[in-house]
Amino acid sequence: MPTHQPLFIKQALIHKMIAHAESLTEECCGFLLGHDGETRTVAEVVPARNAATLNKEKQFSIEPLEYLKVENYADENSFELIGIYHSHPNHPAIPSEHDQRAAQPHFSYIILSLVNSKFHDIKSWRLDSNRNFIEELINQTIT
Amino acid sequence: MATVFIPTPLRKFTKNTAKLEIQGNSVKEIIDALTVEFPELKRHLVNADGKIPNFINIFVDDDDIRNLQQENTQVKGNTIVSIVPAIAGGVE
Repeated sequence: MPTHQPLFIKQALIHKMIAHAESLTEECCGFLLGHDGETRTVAEVVPARNAATLNKEKQFSIEPLEYLKVENYADENSFELIGIYHSHPNHPAIPSEHDQRAAQPHFSYIILSLVNSKFHDIKSWRLDSNRNFIEELINQTIT
Repeated sequence: MATVFIPTPLRKFTKNTAKLEIQGNSVKEIIDALTVEFPELKRHLVNADGKIPNFINIFVDDDDIRNLQQENTQVKGNTIVSIVPAIAGGVE
């Protein structure tokens, strides 16, 4: 049962992530920038390069220097880096053991499930204080 | 002394501060001093063996300390030490 506040995000940004995911056979990945106050809102999504060295269809990683660049971009534009998105081709939008091991506290993790390269489902997750992923509801906004 | 960059997910443990001036002559001394000042950071930056965990990257200016002298890498007053969480995952 979700216990986190919902994650607010514009439909257009969801469509941008879906387009990114459907354009690749490998897992896509990227950053969620926005604001985290009384509500947590995604204001911009920034696609990243999947730098995994093996099996990119089932794994992703982001280069540390690309991460630093986006943190600096967020600071300069009065955003916060509030999470990461990635795709699960032919797999549910549920965090894997790998996702859990690598997860950072306080980040939102959006997972897009694809079936045969087509978008199927989207869910967002966040660690609780015991490092268990808890689903956070996605509240899609028009504007 | 060095300026330490704290990544967003760990700023909750540093009173939402992104950049801190920390005393120390090496990365190890900097991390030790940082985790004394902010004890909640320790479980994220130091593993049971006292080492920096694999899922944390430390950069001294633009260089990964794995390509330098690891935790013994020296720092100076104008050095920027960046803590960068490894961002990874996937189906497997």
